[in-house]
Amino acid sequence: MATPVTSAGVGDTPAAGETPQPAGTAGVPGPRRGGGLYRAIRGNGKAMTGTIILGIFVLMAIIPQWVFPGDPNAEVYARAQGPSGSHLLGTTAYGQDILAQVFWGARPVLIIAVVAGAVATVLSVLIGVTAAYVGGVVDDVLNLFTDVFLVIPTLPLVIVIAAYANSHSLFVLVIVLVVTGWSYGARQLRSQALSLRNRDFLQAAKVRGERRSYIIVFELLPTMTSLIVANFLSAALYSVLTAAGLEFLGLGDTQSVDWGTMLYWAQNNEALQTGQYLWATIPGLCVAALGTAFALLNNAFDEISNPALRPVRRIRVKRAHS
Amino acid sequence: MSSAPILEVTDLVVEYAAPQGQVGAVDHVSFDLAPGEFLGVVGESGCGKSTLLFAIAQLLSPPAAITGGAVHFKGRNLVGLTDKMLAASRWQDLSVVMQSAMNAFNPVKTIGAQFKDAIKAHQKWSKDKIRERSAEVLRLVGIDPIHVKSYPHQLSGGMRQRAMIAMALLFTPELIIMDEPTSALDVVAQRSLMVQIKELQAELGFAVIFVTHDMSLVSHFSDRLAVMYAGQIAEIGATRAVFDSPAHPYSKGLLDAFPSIRGPRVHMTGIPGNPPALLNPPPGCRFAPRCPVVLPRCHDTPPELYPVRDVLVRCLLHENVKGGAHV
Amino acid sequence: MTYLLRRLGFFVLTLWAALTINFLIPRLMPGSPATAIMARFHGHISAATLKAIEVSLGVDTGQSWLGQYFTYLGNTFTLNFGVSVQSFQPVSQIVGAAIPWTLILVGVTTFIAFIIGTSIGAIAAWKRGSKADSILPPLFVVGTGLPYFWVGMMLIILFAEVNNWLPVALGVDPGIDVGFNAQFLGNAFEHAILPAAAILITSVGTWVLTMRNTMVTTLAEDYIRMARAKGLPSRRIMIDYAARNSILPNLTGFAMSLGFVVSGSVLVEDVFNYPGVGFQLIQAVQNEDFPLMQCLFLLITVAVLLAVLLADVATALLDPRTRNAR
Repeated sequence: MATPVTSAGVGDTPAAGETPQPAGTAGVPGPRRGGGLYRAIRGNGKAMTGTIILGIFVLMAIIPQWVFPGDPNAEVYARAQGPSGSHLLGTTAYGQDILAQVFWGARPVLIIAVVAGAVATVLSVLIGVTAAYVGGVVDDVLNLFTDVFLVIPTLPLVIVIAAYANSHSLFVLVIVLVVTGWSYGARQLRSQALSLRNRDFLQAAKVRGERRSYIIVFELLPTMTSLIVANFLSAALYSVLTAAGLEFLGLGDTQSVDWGTMLYWAQNNEALQTGQYLWATIPGLCVAALGTAFALLNNAFDEISNPALRPVRRIRVKRAHS
Repeated sequence: MSSAPILEVTDLVVEYAAPQGQVGAVDHVSFDLAPGEFLGVVGESGCGKSTLLFAIAQLLSPPAAITGGAVHFKGRNLVGLTDKMLAASRWQDLSVVMQSAMNAFNPVKTIGAQFKDAIKAHQKWSKDKIRERSAEVLRLVGIDPIHVKSYPHQLSGGMRQRAMIAMALLFTPELIIMDEPTSALDVVAQRSLMVQIKELQAELGFAVIFVTHDMSLVSHFSDRLAVMYAGQIAEIGATRAVFDSPAHPYSKGLLDAFPSIRGPRVHMTGIPGNPPALLNPPPGCRFAPRCPVVLPRCHDTPPELYPVRDVLVRCLLHENVKGGAHV
Repeated sequence: MTYLLRRLGFFVLTLWAALTINFLIPRLMPGSPATAIMARFHGHISAATLKAIEVSLGVDTGQSWLGQYFTYLGNTFTLNFGVSVQSFQPVSQIVGAAIPWTLILVGVTTFIAFIIGTSIGAIAAWKRGSKADSILPPLFVVGTGLPYFWVGMMLIILFAEVNNWLPVALGVDPGIDVGFNAQFLGNAFEHAILPAAAILITSVGTWVLTMRNTMVTTLAEDYIRMARAKGLPSRRIMIDYAARNSILPNLTGFAMSLGFVVSGSVLVEDVFNYPGVGFQLIQAVQNEDFPLMQCLFLLITVAVLLAVLLADVATALLDPRTRNAR
């Protein structure tokens, strides 16, 4: 599962429930314009790698109907074939083309990642930033709420919910992912919003008489863009890995075509033990690759939003000894 | 008092690697320090005074580094030595007092533990001796020795600052460099701290380099005063000389900006403009763009330090045949 | 003291929340668990068993929800979790047998991962800008993107299918008696190596990155420079001044991440058929064994909560700033 990466602000009171500590940044505004963003990615090796991998998968998600027309679930080919000219990755025990399934499977996976990630991030922003900006009792209550969700172990909760839910559709999956995935980001965002709260530009807006909601949306949030993006990526990563895990256990829609369900069917047919290695591992490799892409991008955005984490330049110094 | 200077800074250059290129933070600074002397270094934010201080103590970290010049402390050039090589003389001969004691003390260790750290890094004293000395230095600065067991956050701001000075005195070093130790205090605490430092100096005989932006405060206590601007020394000399009759237009502007509490009410003038960006400093005098008495040649001729009465001043108005000199 | 009380209060509150969630979920889902069970057994279920199931779920159809709630709470605190639908064994027995396996596997592995990860993170931050720091962190970032179960599968292929070195299923070979004897322990250890490796590989990355990031921030602090100025040896600065201050704010966060590690280990246990709590949970889910499922979920949650509480206590002990309410 995705384990969240944190960097605690030194001097924060260490405790959940109080000033939250896994905080991403010292509150430095990220790049505000598209040009700055592009440059930031170009300059960061991790970001470039992540973007490229992601790009490949996005491409895979867009083109399957042209490259592999037809129903990837149709059991029309010879069963359990190894790789060959007509089936580059071989076929499953049911006679389906593995590569075709991989291509078709990219779309639902990406949709889950993006949708669940986005909705969870929106929730995180709403709760985290509101708690930080409004403060007082509201802050305490929201904090408690966040921490409770944070501590309850996600996969067991997800498993239990998914088990009880009668319909195993994509929709339920997304809901479950959102419900379990928003709390971590809320903590991080609250922490950063807290450190930005007393900055002059916000005070200036207050003195100008702007409404609180205006200040939050138009003054505060734009400076937190990098961290929000980093959070989205982290939530997407979490969604990808958790969704794959759930489907692997058979709790997703087993009739759908995506990587997790491929693994489920492979496991069901003892693919590992019967030597059908490709079927058993390629879908997992795709999940791993996509996960890696998100993880790299997430880390890169952490660096972008917190200059202290960026690589330090060194000057070439002549060592002068007397 | 021997007459050989304990510190000779020669043409020190400090640069740091910024995204846009290398920026010069300290540009060919030279001065000497006699044993037991109190040198004040003043200037506005960003003039390089703190960088200079840390460069002298070899405490810079990337992206900043010393790229030229030498720092001879007791005859030994410190530039280029590794932390290991420097360790022996650190604290025993040269110690540091920083701006914010709250940040300079490790928050999770007691004051006493941090004293002990410093001691054990250099000497193999017995537990009793360590305890004794720790209590002694605390008493020297007027803190009850019971606070050896206190954590930094348990002391008041003024006490913390004095505790830091106490720590700096553990080995009665010959030079203590202080980076704006009074900036975080209120005016009453500021003065009392300064008086304390002077008393200790009289008693123990160490030299002090005191960096601050508060010229009027330090001028009451320093023997010599150096005014820094844009990484260079603009003026340096006996305190009274610099303070009473500043030769450099910048120093003059600084002093004119301090209202006198007793004198007649005068119209205050600030110094218009901003210090130059050090990525591409002006080719001539760095103060030229803001100088009220600028000459045309100031824009392209970089001035050296010229002797004028008791001071050295970096201004073409005082240019003479002898050229730049060491004081 | 107030700090600890607050944390204790949080613990109790979250525990209550977990219990309530456990209670509410089956009721909020469409259909009732009792009918689902009935359907599963096609009506062939003894009245006693059905009653036992209902008791464990707190679904006494004669009571109101509130009444059921209190019965449920009562049952939980007396450790009466009813009977497993799969085997008709008491749930507490099944769970009791599974706990030691998971405790050892996850407990020991997480501990090792924490130590290794934190050390690597600290060293990487200390040697910032060096080759090690440019290569290691990105490598570990990649590690955090790998699914637990896939790593497990790859290990199986590598170590068992391709080379028949290590066992890949169960806790011990069948036929060996359980007991504190060398044969059992040795065999169990063998069986634990691969699952442990899977958990280790995937989870260590997070510790490394968290520690490195915090440490980098810490190293910029003035007291580090002051320690250098005092001439303290590098090692001492790195450990006593930097690492110590970096771990402290992270302790509670580390404990919370335990929840994620536990989640991952559930999948690992499944892949390896390792007879721990996670494995039982999966079995329970796939067989709609609600009593067992509920108990396990509760157990896992309580375990994580306890870990968080322990971390809070440790923080209170190690960080003097929390002791005085300032």
